Amino acid sequence: MSPPVAPPGWSRWLVPPAALSVHLSIGQAYAWSVFKPALESALGLTGTQSALPFQLAIVMLGLSAAFGGTLVERNGPRWAMTVSLVCFSSGFLLSALGARTEQYWLVVLGYGFVGGIGLGIGYISPVSTLMKWFPDRPGMATGIAIMGFGGGALIASPWSARMLESFGTDSTGIAQAFLVHGLAYAAFMALGVLLVRVPRAPESAGGGPAPLSGVRVSANSALRTPQFWCLWVVLCMNVTAGIGILEKAAPMIQDFFADTSAPVSVSAAAGFVALLSAANMAGRIGWSSTSDLIGRKNMYRVYLGVGALMYALIALAGDSSKPLFVVCALVILSFYGGGFATAPAYLKDLFGTYQVGAIHGRLLTAWSTAGVLGPLIVNWIADRQEAAGKHGAALYGLSMWIMIGLLAVGFVANELVRPVHPRHHVPAPREAGLDAERQQSA
Amino acid sequence: MTPNASSPPSRRGLIVLSWLWVAVPLGYGLYELVRKATQLFTG
Repeated sequence: MSPPVAPPGWSRWLVPPAALSVHLSIGQAYAWSVFKPALESALGLTGTQSALPFQLAIVMLGLSAAFGGTLVERNGPRWAMTVSLVCFSSGFLLSALGARTEQYWLVVLGYGFVGGIGLGIGYISPVSTLMKWFPDRPGMATGIAIMGFGGGALIASPWSARMLESFGTDSTGIAQAFLVHGLAYAAFMALGVLLVRVPRAPESAGGGPAPLSGVRVSANSALRTPQFWCLWVVLCMNVTAGIGILEKAAPMIQDFFADTSAPVSVSAAAGFVALLSAANMAGRIGWSSTSDLIGRKNMYRVYLGVGALMYALIALAGDSSKPLFVVCALVILSFYGGGFATAPAYLKDLFGTYQVGAIHGRLLTAWSTAGVLGPLIVNWIADRQEAAGKHGAALYGLSMWIMIGLLAVGFVANELVRPVHPRHHVPAPREAGLDAERQQSA
Repeated sequence: MTPNASSPPSRRGLIVLSWLWVAVPLGYGLYELVRKATQLFTG
C-alpha cells in the first residue's frame, strides 16, 4: 500500500484533525476504569482481573509501537490509521461478544490484545506525517495530536458512564455499551483514514512540506546512537516523575492536609484529579508549541529542572499551603504531558523525519518502563512509611526526594544529547545518486 | 488556530467540518472536566 500523496492545493490544516480523530479515540484507554465496577459485579471478577484488559492493552501499545513503527513508515499513515481503526473497533466488538456470552477471556483478548495493537499503531500513525507537513512548527503539530490522547479519556469517561447508566450494568448492558463504542469509534476514526495525506515533494517554503535535505537516520541506526538512549532516559525519568503524582493524586492531597484546619474532602480530591488531567492536556499542546520557539533541549531543561524544583517545594512546604501544593502539582503534570508531546520533535531534530515514526515507537518503551517504575516507587514507599507509623505528608517525603533524584538523572542525560554523528546518516536520494555516479566514473 | 488563508475555497468547508468533527466531542469532554474540577473549590 503506497502512502496517499496530497493532491495540489491540499491544505495541511486537514492533517491535524485527521490525527486528532485517531488520538481522541484511542485515548479512551485511560477511561477503562469506568467499566471495572460493572464488569466486576456482572462477571464476578476481582479488581486485579478487571484491570487485565487495560494492562494488556498498554503492554501491546508499547510492543506494537516499538515493532510496528517500521511498517508504519513503509506503508504510510493511511495504512496505519486503518489498522488502528480495525483493531481498536474490533477489540470492542470482541469484548461485546465476551460480555454477552460471559466469556471474560474474550474481553481480555479483544480489548487488551487486539485493541492494544490499535493503540500502539494509532499512537505513532500521524507523528511522522505531521512533522513533514509542519517542518516550521513540529512541536505544535505533534502536540496537537498527542494532546488528543490525553483528551480521549476526558470524552470517554463521562460518555461511557452515561452509556452504562442507560444500558444497565449487567452483562447485556455492558455488551451493548461495548458494541456502541466499537461502532462509534470506527465512524469517528474513519475521518482520519479519509483525510490523511503525505505531502508532495518539496515545493514551497510557506506551504509546509519539508525539504529532503538534512539529517536522515534510520530506526535501526538510531538505536545504536547514544542520543537515542539519552532521550530514552530523559523521557523515562520525566514520565516517572509525573506518574508519581498522577498515580496517587487523590489520596495524596487528602493525606497532605489531613491534619490541618481545612482537610480535603473526597469530592474535592476528585476535582483535583480532574484539574491535573487538564494540566496534562494543556502541557501537551502548550509546552510542545513553546519548544518550537526555545528549542527542544531548553524545553526539557525546564521540564526536568523546574519539575525538580516543584517537587522540592511540595516536599518542603507542600503541607503548609493548599494553593502552593495544587500549583506545584499542576506544573509537574503539565511537564509530564509536555514531555510526551515534545519527544517526537526532539527525535526529528536529532534523526530527521526519515523514519521518525519508527524511532518514536521504539522510544515509547521508556513510557512502558516508567508506567511500572513510577507507581511502584510511590506506592511501595507510602506503604513502608505507613507501616513505620508515619501519616499525612510524611508518607510521601521520601518519594518526593527520589523523584527529584530521577529528574536530576534525566537532566544530566538531556545535557549529554549532542547532534548525531554523520556516520549514522543515511544519504539523501540525490546524494546517493551522486555517490553512485562518482563510483561508476572512478 | 486559523486555517491557512491561502487554502482554496473548496477546501475551507472541509477544513471547518473536520475541525468541528473533533472539536465537538473534545468540547463535551472539557465541559465535563470543568464541572468536575470545580469540586476542588466547592467540595
